Amino acid sequence: MDGATQAEAVREAIRACTERIEEERSYLTDLDSAIGDADHGANMTRGFTAAADRIDGLESEEPAELVKAVGMALLSEVGGASGPLYGGSIVAASGELEEGITAETTVAFAEAYLEKLQERGKASVGDKTMVDALVPAVHTYKKSIEVDGRDPLEALGKAVDAAERGVAFTVPIRASRGRASYLGWRSVGHQDPGATSTLILLETLLSVATDHLDGEVEVDAEAEGKPAEEGDDEGDAGAVEVED
Amino acid sequence: MVGIVVVSHSRKAAEGIRDVATEMGGDARVEAVGGTGDGRIGTSPEPISRAIADAADGNGVVVLVDLGSAVMNAEIAIEEAELEEEVVLADAPVMEGALNAAVAAGAPDATVDSVRMAAEDAQRVKKFG
Repeated sequence: MDGATQAEAVREAIRACTERIEEERSYLTDLDSAIGDADHGANMTRGFTAAADRIDGLESEEPAELVKAVGMALLSEVGGASGPLYGGSIVAASGELEEGITAETTVAFAEAYLEKLQERGKASVGDKTMVDALVPAVHTYKKSIEVDGRDPLEALGKAVDAAERGVAFTVPIRASRGRASYLGWRSVGHQDPGATSTLILLETLLSVATDHLDGEVEVDAEAEGKPAEEGDDEGDAGAVEVED
Repeated sequence: MVGIVVVSHSRKAAEGIRDVATEMGGDARVEAVGGTGDGRIGTSPEPISRAIADAADGNGVVVLVDLGSAVMNAEIAIEEAELEEEVVLADAPVMEGALNAAVAAGAPDATVDSVRMAAEDAQRVKKFG
């Protein structure tokens, strides 16, 4: 994939995330009503709508620049804790994509995103936050690529599965960070909204990546007579970067 | 004088806290900031940055926050403020901390550290006995 194609994949991923967040708005709000301040659906919708608008007005073909713009929009527009957490972490990690979108840069992006998120939010696994979905997802993505030698699309699929298990893990535990922690034991039995939106975004990226890579792999395989690994990486990554 | 910024999820809460704090610390420069740009409950980094710039007169700024996104957005605002002078967050209950800070800022030898520490003393406030 050249820069322009990567940029188009990033734009498509952002549009898809915005649509999906809008679809899930009341679901996220319901989850947040149970153990928080009932604004997660509205805040995420506002943030992603602003991000999609900003991307539309930006003529860049640099994936890193587009991703950074998404983070800046979330930072300014969300209003709740998801603003600095999603937005600040995306901005901080976006520099990892300056060389374009590959298996390596998306792993670096995911790790930088996670590091910033934990630095800012100070949450660990088991606190009943988005970290519970993100840590297993990022670790699984990295391991699948670097240790198991899987292609990025497969790795992203594994990461989504891991995030899903992380979301389920938030249900029976007691919150010790974020708004839900004010409820103490009453937070037990409820699914964490931030972990859920993290999973929703990862699922969307997987779906965009799958659409891109299915076509791409075939074309490249025909052209070069072998599986197009590079194309794979890039499309997948296109999704991954925004994911976080 | 050391500047003080009060950040809350609610603009009205921030302004009310400022009013109570300046009633005691009359000369203190206290900026109140809260809510999102479009008037909802929440916080956003840009207005906090502006409040920090307004509170700064060359002697440093102490920022008090309520909870959650206020803490994180104030950290981001401080990182992005790029002021020459020192800007610090005080880990204190916002109301009692702001009052302590406003009083401390009026002391002739006040520094960013003395004002921050005065604010953080509010962690130990006991309301009964």
